[in-house]
Amino acid sequence: MTESSGGASVLNSRVSSLNSPKMRVEGATRTFSDGAVVAFENLDLEVRPNETICIVGPSGCGKTTLLRCLGGLLQPSEGRVLLDGQPVTQPSPHVAMVFQHFGLFPWKTVYDNAAYGLKLRGLSRETWEIRLRPYLDLVGLSGFDQMYPYQLSGGMQQRAGLVRALALNPDVLLMDEPFGALDAQTRELLQEELLRILEQEQKTMVFITHSIDEAIVLGDRIAVLSARPGHIREILEVGLPRPRNIQAARATDRFSELRSHIWEELRPEAAAAVG
Amino acid sequence: MVQTSVGDATVSPTPGIDPSAARAAVIDRSRAVAAARRRREEAFRWFVRLLSLAVVLGVWELYGRSVNKALFAPPSAVVSAGFEMTRSGELWSYLRGSLVVLAYGFGIALVLGIPLGVAIARSRIVDYALNWYVDAFNSTPNVALVPLITLIFGFDVSAKVIVVVISAIFAVIVNTEQGVRNVDRRLLEVAHAFRSSERQLWTDVVIPSALPYIAAGLRLAVGRALVGMVVAEFFTSITGIGYLIVRYSNSFQPDHLLVPIVLVMALGIALTTITRQIEKRIAPWTGATED
Repeated sequence: MTESSGGASVLNSRVSSLNSPKMRVEGATRTFSDGAVVAFENLDLEVRPNETICIVGPSGCGKTTLLRCLGGLLQPSEGRVLLDGQPVTQPSPHVAMVFQHFGLFPWKTVYDNAAYGLKLRGLSRETWEIRLRPYLDLVGLSGFDQMYPYQLSGGMQQRAGLVRALALNPDVLLMDEPFGALDAQTRELLQEELLRILEQEQKTMVFITHSIDEAIVLGDRIAVLSARPGHIREILEVGLPRPRNIQAARATDRFSELRSHIWEELRPEAAAAVG
Repeated sequence: MVQTSVGDATVSPTPGIDPSAARAAVIDRSRAVAAARRRREEAFRWFVRLLSLAVVLGVWELYGRSVNKALFAPPSAVVSAGFEMTRSGELWSYLRGSLVVLAYGFGIALVLGIPLGVAIARSRIVDYALNWYVDAFNSTPNVALVPLITLIFGFDVSAKVIVVVISAIFAVIVNTEQGVRNVDRRLLEVAHAFRSSERQLWTDVVIPSALPYIAAGLRLAVGRALVGMVVAEFFTSITGIGYLIVRYSNSFQPDHLLVPIVLVMALGIALTTITRQIEKRIAPWTGATED
């Protein structure tokens, strides 16, 4: 909220969009229950344009709260969050979220759920079809789009959640442990589908997960968060080539190296969080 | 529950077979199985119902024949009394008045009750201002109020309508309030994240999520409205089905007395069945566990 003159901030964002971060968290602290619970404290983070940054950390380290602040659903108690150099005070039209609980409306069909964001923008049904159909085909939802969420498996429901976000053609995808509620096989299928989609589209993605494997397979960088009050312990470059094949990526030395390194980082934190 | 497992099974498509067509075939099959199961269940339901009805009527008939005719009547006598009252037009002329009262009373209860329930759920001030009255009226047997209402409004239709409204409206208010309050907070957050306006929030999230509760409220309210109708007519009326009950009771004609009683019961079953159907229509997802 420190930006004052409109002209200057437009100029700032022009200049900044060349090579500065897509999103930026500056000295952010978020507390709950009148300060009794500190989700994260004095946290700094940069999200580069078109990168996938995965955030891993022990349970209860404030990952999800951080993502809500990035999405403008929560405000940090101190510090600020910037998108393209502008403070985030409410959800932005250039950002879309995918939720761990899928967040589908049980009274809408899969199709209408996927079209939700488009409908809110007042776009016509013809436009819905043009925007949705390729994604529905891509994730294999096309035969199911007139069914209701309760009639589908969790994997199919989350595919609908993914299409709902992608259909808005956002610059930034915020993923809140989107595959955390799925079984291992389904999870891997969805990781593959997500990788395929991101190969075709330039998107910045912030991906919260508690799975180290998932973070390595999907991420360009990995931010390791400490237990509460959360702060960034370390940021790692994944350095695996793209386009990425999950099986091949798993077989690399780099994968095992990162995996054991992150686990060593997290082990005391996880123990602290549990104990 | 067959349908819930559809989906992830068919991911590596067999060459030459369109995967979405294969999936659609799986869905069709599981739907056919579910439909067959529903048909069987429906047949079984009617079998048990009719059997139970036959037993009840049989016991009633045997008992009714063994008792003094001035005190009780077997179903056969009730049926013939019913025919007689229908042929003479007596039954319909009394029933018509009651149905008008019921329709007005129930309609008013809906039109006032739903917005009131929404207001109580949405506004702290309205909630604090009204919740004692809602609790008080909701837990008081409304028979207690009928003499007072007769004193104020006399014996005409409006008094009876008011009794029906008071009987039915609180079920509507309380359920509507519950429905609006019970909106899934996570879905409200989803709506917020996708930049929903306040009006869109109501049409997309709050109202659809409250509808099953409101429909359940209607089902409760129908029963209570019927009770209100009959009670109001006991006290206030020289017309209506309730009056018919009083009259035949005073003249010791239990066969004729039981006709309006059975009729009100049948009306109760019919109206409850209709509202239950509406409930299912409105919120198919709440019946997910039945499949």
